[in-house]
Amino acid sequence: MMWIIALALVFVAVGGTVTALTTDPERQAVTLSLYGLLLTLLFFVLSAPDVALAQLAAGTVVVPLIVMLAVRKIRHVREGAEDAARAERERDEAARAEREVGEREVPR
Amino acid sequence: MSRVVRMIVFAVGGLGVAVLLGAAIARMPHFGSGHHPYRTLAVAAALARRAPNAVSSVNFDQRGFDTLGEEMILVGSVLGAVALLRPAHHESERRVPRGGRVLPATQFAGYALLPVTLALGLDVVAHGHLTPGGGFQGGVILATGLHMAYVAGDYAALRRLRPVHWYSYGEALGAGAFVLLGFAGLAAAGAYMANVLPLGTFRALLSAGTVPLFNIATGCAVACGIVVLLAAFLRQELLIGEDER
Repeated sequence: MMWIIALALVFVAVGGTVTALTTDPERQAVTLSLYGLLLTLLFFVLSAPDVALAQLAAGTVVVPLIVMLAVRKIRHVREGAEDAARAERERDEAARAEREVGEREVPR
Repeated sequence: MSRVVRMIVFAVGGLGVAVLLGAAIARMPHFGSGHHPYRTLAVAAALARRAPNAVSSVNFDQRGFDTLGEEMILVGSVLGAVALLRPAHHESERRVPRGGRVLPATQFAGYALLPVTLALGLDVVAHGHLTPGGGFQGGVILATGLHMAYVAGDYAALRRLRPVHWYSYGEALGAGAFVLLGFAGLAAAGAYMANVLPLGTFRALLSAGTVPLFNIATGCAVACGIVVLLAAFLRQELLIGEDER
């Protein structure tokens, strides 16, 4: 029995490290979910099925889903802001070009 | 506060936590030993109240007041998250997007598992005092079960399946029932959350006194709370966009 617990602990240690070292938050939501699954395994092996069930439902499904949705929303907002900034820059450039053309035409 | 002062405050606090934690861990029973004073007392008390799942007995009977606090934390967090996620003044709701590409196998699995997951959730709530699980676990399973419709790629069906208003009432109802059940114990036996109902026969569906009722109240509050929470996140992600300027 002891070696199963040791194995589960090693899995959790590896899973936790991988999750912490995943830099892209969108991928991290997936590794977090897998890590949750490994934790579930550990709790089950340590004869705590109640906690394992709670971990499985909350930590493997709900929390990663919320993280994923939040990350995607932030990305959309950023993309929206970038698009707006680019449109403004283009408008400014067009206005400047028009002005330059106008200045060149004045002396004539 | 300057950086140096902050580091000093952190060092003092961190040292205190480390010392106390070290002292507590040093006095813990050894890993895997048979000496568990809390378990011995809790399991005996659970069996005396005819609740085979000792964890549920601890959660909803022996130290139920803690669970009331946890329940209120959940309700409060859902409330806070939903308040933060409401559309800002420069945002407005879009039309429900048409589903993108979903693999037929995913679609089938989503629809096939929807009723199965809901049944499993109800089972985990109803048998919380008998087998592993209970109101919290069953509630989360119920909430995720509904979202199988979303996994199947049908956000419109999910919206029809969960009119969010009803679920926000359900969350309040579950949390309120929990509080009132506690007061029922106070009125009948003079102690908040006292287990006043007949204990019934060991391992029967209707046994362990008030524990199944607390499980159902918690299951209702948790399932509805998580549905409301996920609904707010999904709405932000799928429906709400910046206004055209």
